[in-house]
Amino acid sequence: MDATEARLRQLLIRGLNGESPAYHDFLTELCVHLRAFFKKRLTRLPDEVEDLVQEALLAIHNKRQTYDAGQPLTAWVHAIAKYKLVDLLRRRARHDLLNDPLDEEMDFLSCADSEAAEARRDLARLLDQLPDRQRLPIIHTKLEGLSVAETAQLTGMSASAVKVAVHRGLRALAALIRGDS
Amino acid sequence: MKTSDLVNLLATGDASVDRHPAARRYGLAIGAGVAAATLLMLGLLGVRHDLAEAIFLPMFWVKIAYVASLATASLLAVLRLSRPGQRLDWVPFVFVTPVLLMCILAASVLADAPPPMRLALLLGTTWSKCLPLIAMLSIPILIATLWAMQGLGPTRLRLAGAAAGLLSGAIGALVYSLHCPEMAAPFIAAWYLAGMLIPAAIGALLGRRLLRW
Repeated sequence: MDATEARLRQLLIRGLNGESPAYHDFLTELCVHLRAFFKKRLTRLPDEVEDLVQEALLAIHNKRQTYDAGQPLTAWVHAIAKYKLVDLLRRRARHDLLNDPLDEEMDFLSCADSEAAEARRDLARLLDQLPDRQRLPIIHTKLEGLSVAETAQLTGMSASAVKVAVHRGLRALAALIRGDS
Repeated sequence: MKTSDLVNLLATGDASVDRHPAARRYGLAIGAGVAAATLLMLGLLGVRHDLAEAIFLPMFWVKIAYVASLATASLLAVLRLSRPGQRLDWVPFVFVTPVLLMCILAASVLADAPPPMRLALLLGTTWSKCLPLIAMLSIPILIATLWAMQGLGPTRLRLAGAAAGLLSGAIGALVYSLHCPEMAAPFIAAWYLAGMLIPAAIGALLGRRLLRW
């Protein structure tokens, strides 16, 4: 438990200092904990688990600058995961008030448990909803793995504009996933 | 979408960040808010005309110190509530201490005063203007503070909104104290805090909607 905390914290801090592989390991390992956390609390909504894992992951990424190195990592991650969980439940409660729940019989066939859970959202379709000036920098730097400088050259934007566009794009993506628009 | 694809997406490229986002955002927000509130105060109210003499009176500085300590305590609360997983711990006591001290001072002033004077000490001559004016001056600061907070990561939205409101109210009161001619401790104890509670209530009400992320 303490060892996990120490290792994850180390990985995040290295990631925040610009070490991408450490950051990758941090996020990968975090998924396992997030999934377990949400599964335990969403026993009646199993289809939501993977969506929520991804939403929390994106939130953690977008809010990574709020992590204070002096603070226990567990407390920080837990607060974000809980916030996203409560947000989902509140959204669903409002949704269920406005919509009649499905009949029990229909419900029986509509929920299937496939082993490899995949979130129901399609990343490509979500990215398509972003404006070009955010979408292209994300595609170049994040999917094609180009550097910020190369992306800047390709898009004719300045390097700092590319960074800002990626940042804003990921925030917009988080809002789309949450279903704000 | 597979979660591992999302991890790849997020981890590709440089994940390094600004190390002091809270200082930068709140510095900007409070700077802009204070500038707007000061312009409002100068334009609509003006500084008190006896300011040059008032700065030699201890009570003027007691008032400033009172409001400034409330602003500091609220800022501590705001900073903690802007980060996921941070607790308030002893911060509420930092806020309550100057309030109690001012109440004790006010009580001793009232006890010393002859009974017919007491109501006048409490109400001053401007009590009915004090609340709305402090609230008005705090509005630009509240807007800026909520903006700064939303970009960080508040998770207890109502409480965070209330703290942002208290901070704006305290800074608004600080600006207002350059205009306000009242110098009696009972007046300050009653009306300044009440004025700050208006933006705090607005912040608490708007927090859940405006601070979501």
